[in-house]
Amino acid sequence: MYDILTNIFGNQIVAYIIGAALPLFVWILPFVLFAVLGERKVSAHMQDRLGPMRVGYHGILQTVADLLKLLQKEDIVTPAADRKLFNLAPYIVFLGSYAAFAAIPFSSIYIGSGIEVGIFYILAVSSFVVVGILMGGWASDNKYSLLGAMRSAAQIVSYEIPTAIVVLTLVMLTGTLNLNTISQQQTAYFWNWNILGGAAGSGITQILLIPFMVIAFVILFISTLAEVNRTPFDIPEAESELVAGFHTEYSGMKFAMFFLSEYANMFAVSAIVVTLFFGGYQSPFGYLGNSLGIPWLIPVEQLFWFLAKGVFFVFVQMWLRWTLPRLRVDQLMTVCWKYLIPYAVFNLLIVGIISLL
Amino acid sequence: METKTLKTEELILNMGPQHPSTHGVLRLELELEGELIVNVKPHIGYLHRCFEKHAEAMTYPQVVPYTDRMDYLASMSNNLGYAIAVERLMGIKVPERVEYIRVIMAELQRIASHLVALGTYGVDIGAFTPFLYCFRDREKILSLFEMTCGARLLYNYIWVGGLSHDIHPDFVRLTKEFVEYFRPKIVELNELLSFNKIFIERTANIGILPLDTAINYGVTGPMLRASGLKWDLRKNDPYSIYDRFDFDIPVGEGEKGTVGDSWDRYFVRVQEMEQSLRIVEQAIDQIPEGNVHEAVPKRVKPPKGSIYSRVENPKGELGFFIISDGSVNPFRMKVRGPSFVNLSVLNEISKGHLVADLIAILGSTDIVLGEVDR
Amino acid sequence: MKKYLKNTWDGIWTVLIGMKVTFKHLFVPAVTIQYPDVKLPLPERARNRLYVNIDDCIGCLQCERACPVDCIHIDTVKGLPTDDLGTTSNGKKKALWVTKFEIDIAKCCYCSLCVYPCPTECIYMTDVYEFSEYKRQDLIYNFSTLTPNEVEQKKINYEKFMAEKAAAKAKAAAEKAAAAKAKPPVDPNKNNQKSE
Repeated sequence: MYDILTNIFGNQIVAYIIGAALPLFVWILPFVLFAVLGERKVSAHMQDRLGPMRVGYHGILQTVADLLKLLQKEDIVTPAADRKLFNLAPYIVFLGSYAAFAAIPFSSIYIGSGIEVGIFYILAVSSFVVVGILMGGWASDNKYSLLGAMRSAAQIVSYEIPTAIVVLTLVMLTGTLNLNTISQQQTAYFWNWNILGGAAGSGITQILLIPFMVIAFVILFISTLAEVNRTPFDIPEAESELVAGFHTEYSGMKFAMFFLSEYANMFAVSAIVVTLFFGGYQSPFGYLGNSLGIPWLIPVEQLFWFLAKGVFFVFVQMWLRWTLPRLRVDQLMTVCWKYLIPYAVFNLLIVGIISLL
Repeated sequence: METKTLKTEELILNMGPQHPSTHGVLRLELELEGELIVNVKPHIGYLHRCFEKHAEAMTYPQVVPYTDRMDYLASMSNNLGYAIAVERLMGIKVPERVEYIRVIMAELQRIASHLVALGTYGVDIGAFTPFLYCFRDREKILSLFEMTCGARLLYNYIWVGGLSHDIHPDFVRLTKEFVEYFRPKIVELNELLSFNKIFIERTANIGILPLDTAINYGVTGPMLRASGLKWDLRKNDPYSIYDRFDFDIPVGEGEKGTVGDSWDRYFVRVQEMEQSLRIVEQAIDQIPEGNVHEAVPKRVKPPKGSIYSRVENPKGELGFFIISDGSVNPFRMKVRGPSFVNLSVLNEISKGHLVADLIAILGSTDIVLGEVDR
Repeated sequence: MKKYLKNTWDGIWTVLIGMKVTFKHLFVPAVTIQYPDVKLPLPERARNRLYVNIDDCIGCLQCERACPVDCIHIDTVKGLPTDDLGTTSNGKKKALWVTKFEIDIAKCCYCSLCVYPCPTECIYMTDVYEFSEYKRQDLIYNFSTLTPNEVEQKKINYEKFMAEKAAAKAKAAAEKAAAAKAKPPVDPNKNNQKSE
């Protein structure tokens, strides 16, 4: 990937910068534009409404209009706010969610950084989000923001544990932390996916693994939901209690940054789930490029499958959001510590035993 | 110097009057210990419109549009309560047709009011979708009302001695269709919200209102019934023609937690909607012929005297106390609003809960600030 | 332990049931409409903006009295016996010039209490509901068709008429009562103090 860019631009540093910015401009920004509208449309149709219909055909340009409105808005900083932290917070939150994209394999030829400790890096770097949220909540000098930020910190820190345990399960099976390698292992057909026990390889173990992989998937999905502060775990911004939580005082583009990072984060965690359990960028039915004999089509197909799977899980997140009520802050902890972690640990043990068979 | 001790103090959090879930312009002054509630002080009066004083300057029929604006989610029931009070004062006997139409309207209004209560309760807990389903169904009821009297929210429909309009020729058919349509929707609401595990976790065992506290505070309506007392003025002190219909009074049974918790209050309302449908079903077939304007007096001029008359509103006991000095204006009018009384118990039942629970408790009391402040 | 497993199961199962409900609704047609483009038909009894058919108004002030919020203001001047005010559509003979018929629609509470007492059914509620304005002044609707000059003229006419009448009366009284004191004439302006 970088070789191609270096060839085009003739300079390695420029190539790296462009390579790093590629997911942002090629995928994340369009995705957010699309996902914000998608969220509104999904929620509207689930609620027997129409959703935005005014800007463009069926409102497809609604998010663009919103963005323009946000750009024009006055940038309000409350007098009592801690200016530096207040201004910095949205960028740190976005940094946290964008940094995760570096290790996500979009396709066999495009991965921001093919580091060996990919999944570990993502777990670590996504904790940056907490710092940003805490900063924003504290600097706003608003009691609601502070309560939201405190809740958020507690929540994200707690939910990293079940995530880590499930990831550990997967790492145990696949024997690697590199997301690209994990994707490559689940090659060709959907019965090789990890959710169907593909990683362990053959025969009876594979069938035995299936229920436990499903459990692992459910746990990972729930805890990633919590990490991105989506319903039913959206208590940091629980609008019926805390108005808007940590971003109550933000307006204009800074608010848009929070919004952007929320949606970027949604895709990031979906991408992790897809990579770990649903074959990453691998096609479920084999490649058209192979059967037609066009080798360059394969990476494109891979990109398509990866994005399609990721978007599907984003849709599931939205679906959940518009179905479920919100948990209370202590129940959130109960779900994490009393339910998810024990199940995850048992799952880890059982999967370990099975893979030894 | 004395020994230095670490001093902690409560966090004072001002919730409202502009807040997404205070159901209007209620201001709550919360004393928090972390996120635990130590004390709740409701500050009311942001929507005070001097209904009682205003009524003294109005003639009796002119007061009816003002009663609409007290509990604006149950205007029909308010109209009914006021009309019954003045009729009792004057000794008017209204025609049978009027009585039947009034009961149907009041029960449809009860369903509409409960739909708002349940829907907004869902929003308070964080489920947005049931809210829109509830409002979708409420719109159907409002359309029935609009067809009958021309207004969707503030009807001025039930007059002293009669009604402003007779029902529309299509009303009976459309109401029957609505009853058919609405039954499955209650089941859907139960599937989506009532029996959802998260919803139960959020509401069961939260804000338990023991029966004796409820009675001491004068709590009425679904809140009192959720605490386990079968007390419904439609049965206990029948007015209009409620004694002719067959319906049950749902009470809180502590199915998911303790008797009198928020879930019980919620579920009593769901069950009451079913009972209201039963009443509507029975009444709609029996509407006799008649003239709805027959008993409307030309001039409403009650004799000297006073009366306290009460009806079972969707939110509880709505009482009108009227003193008449024999003129066309009431000499004094006092309203016992159920929301106001039900709100007073808030501090008692929300101590020791979290802020999130306070929202759940406040939502389950189902207050309408128009009636709290009047 | 049993409760623990049941809780887990309930949590997952009820969530799935809820998801089933919302998923079904994805394919239910929307119940909302695109408001300014599509409008719901209003029922015939719809109560919206008030309208006064001033040709039928006899100036009886019944609506003004019935209004609970005092949003109707009517002034009238008595017509001269020589004036032809015409009749209303249901045959009542008009005797008053309606010099002012203002409805402050911003105050109106749409209770339609003014509609019922009207003897000629000239005040009624229409189905117009989109009439917002930028200034509150613009929401005061004047239904009287007389121009200010005409109003002034009517008043002067009436005053003149009353003055003549009073003069005639005084004269007659003066003639009649030779010894007794003449009654002071009635002040003709008394009824018209308000109208300005």
